[in-house]
Amino acid sequence: MINTSSGMDLLEVKGLTVKVEGKTILNDLTFTLKEGASHILFGPNGSGKTTLISTLMGLPGYEVVSGQILFQGIDITNKGVDERAKLGIIVSFQNPPEITGVKLGDLLKLCLGKSSTDEFSPEEMAQVVAFNLTAFLNRDVNLGFSGGERKRSEILQLIFLKPKLLLLDEPDSGVDVESLRMISTEIQKYIEETGSSALIITHKGDIMEKIKATYGCILLKGQFHCFREPMRIYEDIKAMGYEECVACRIRTSEGWKK
Amino acid sequence: MSKENDLTKIPHEILQEAQKAGLELEEKNRSGTFMHLNQQTVTSKVNELYESKLELMDIKAALKKYPWLEEYRWKLVSKDKDEYTKRVAEDFSGGYFMRILKGAEIAFPLQSCLLITQRNLEQRVHNIIIAEEDSKAHIITSCLQHSTVPNASHLGISEIYVKKGAMLNFTMIHQWSENTLVRPRSGAQIEDNATFVSNYVCMRPVRDVQMYPVAYCKGKDSRVSFNSILYGHKNSLLDTGSKAVLTGEGSKAEMVSRAIAREGSKMIVRGMIEGHTPDCKGHLECKGLIMDNESFMQSIPELIATKKGVEITHEAAVGKISEKEITYLMTRRLSREQAVSLIIRGFMDVGILGLPDALNKEIKTIVDSSAAAD
Repeated sequence: MINTSSGMDLLEVKGLTVKVEGKTILNDLTFTLKEGASHILFGPNGSGKTTLISTLMGLPGYEVVSGQILFQGIDITNKGVDERAKLGIIVSFQNPPEITGVKLGDLLKLCLGKSSTDEFSPEEMAQVVAFNLTAFLNRDVNLGFSGGERKRSEILQLIFLKPKLLLLDEPDSGVDVESLRMISTEIQKYIEETGSSALIITHKGDIMEKIKATYGCILLKGQFHCFREPMRIYEDIKAMGYEECVACRIRTSEGWKK
Repeated sequence: MSKENDLTKIPHEILQEAQKAGLELEEKNRSGTFMHLNQQTVTSKVNELYESKLELMDIKAALKKYPWLEEYRWKLVSKDKDEYTKRVAEDFSGGYFMRILKGAEIAFPLQSCLLITQRNLEQRVHNIIIAEEDSKAHIITSCLQHSTVPNASHLGISEIYVKKGAMLNFTMIHQWSENTLVRPRSGAQIEDNATFVSNYVCMRPVRDVQMYPVAYCKGKDSRVSFNSILYGHKNSLLDTGSKAVLTGEGSKAEMVSRAIAREGSKMIVRGMIEGHTPDCKGHLECKGLIMDNESFMQSIPELIATKKGVEITHEAAVGKISEKEITYLMTRRLSREQAVSLIIRGFMDVGILGLPDALNKEIKTIVDSSAAAD
């Protein structure tokens, strides 16, 4: 999100204003996401973080009033959810829906581009085992899954989809310590191996123990503040709270794309 | 045992249609096969491996051979119930008698197929199944009308006895046509520690089906489970449901139905559980999807309790496919159409039928191919 890196821009957002149910949630946002880097997005509840990720994914209900979203130079502002997914943008949901009768195993196969009658390859099956989801393959997607089980299922789907840009909405909320360690290790491994990028919403710093994030920023009342190293932002938030960030105007102008 | 086997009487294309409705022509994975074409039983045979475990014959032959069978006839369904039972009581062309012998466990399902190829035919059959003590079996019965036959009706009486400790899983697949009037009338009696699972799958358009099978859980710890997958399309009229009467100590009933209405179909999905003994239990779940403004869906769950201690519940929901689910699947690179189709196929989940793996796969293929055909 800052322009100190020599990396290429994967995603470019220009003057993005977004309304949800008639109310402006994001106000004139301009930023870039770098290729091959992880970006951490902090911010209090209601600041617009989920709105930003949902807008990038193109989910219904998020009205782009003005601005432009470019992914690898392609204008995707008006593209549908499935088109963006095919281009390589994949989101993991904070609260994914339950789908009656649709088996997790079949959904994972679809993510791999297989049909439900195909089998998993030994490598794919090894990943299912690593994610501790073997017993869930024949269960309805998310039905009766615990918080950790949902997150593991979301992240495995995401990895099977081989995205270029991972949008992770609070991958660390409602997760047990062990699951968190496992999924953050797997996310980091995927990012390193594929050179893909990530935008991660979090309230906590634990996830950064495994995920090596270069860039961080805070979203407050629909606007960005404080573009800098995520661990330092996290320490500041812990020490001073979000309101101090609003007051800290100097940092606000620090890292915008020139 | 009388054996008949003459598949040559059946036109090739209807055998192909029957295959799509679950009939396995090679009979490798079946313990026995029964076929009734129009007004005649054309096949009735038991796989050699199972000859000492079960009997399968035309009901008329069975009534001649076993005079005691009269004790089982018209006992669970009343002759005077309605105009259709009266007509079958007057005259009928046959039907199957299946008897799973005491203690026998039948790994492969028994199959039966009732076919109509004659125009303006009123097919009338009477079936009796006896699952003797501690036996275990699966039955798959497919009913179909040749799609080129303009008009026909099917009246079928079925009486099913599940004796002490027995387990019977009965799956009926209807593949009628847009011109068929269908009036099955069924009753089942379940004894001590016995389990009866009755599954109903209706995927093809049908002019008019009305059925309301009743299970009498008389035995101690007897169990019944009714599951149905109903796909109403092309102006189908389906008025279906089931009823469980719990009188046995600790008896249990479960009902699960999944119904989809589209293209001007009218569907009434009923369910009734009557608890007449303390500590009986029952649950009824009915989920419906209505896909357009031309269709109609009504869910009628009913619970009756006459004793203290009865515990029966129901949940019913009728609505549209959730946008959130569609969007979720689209984020996994499915198009909207693919997402809707996956949700519909999932909704008609054959997993609710409690079938063994191999049979589950077969029925899933039937359901998926019908749902995908639109």
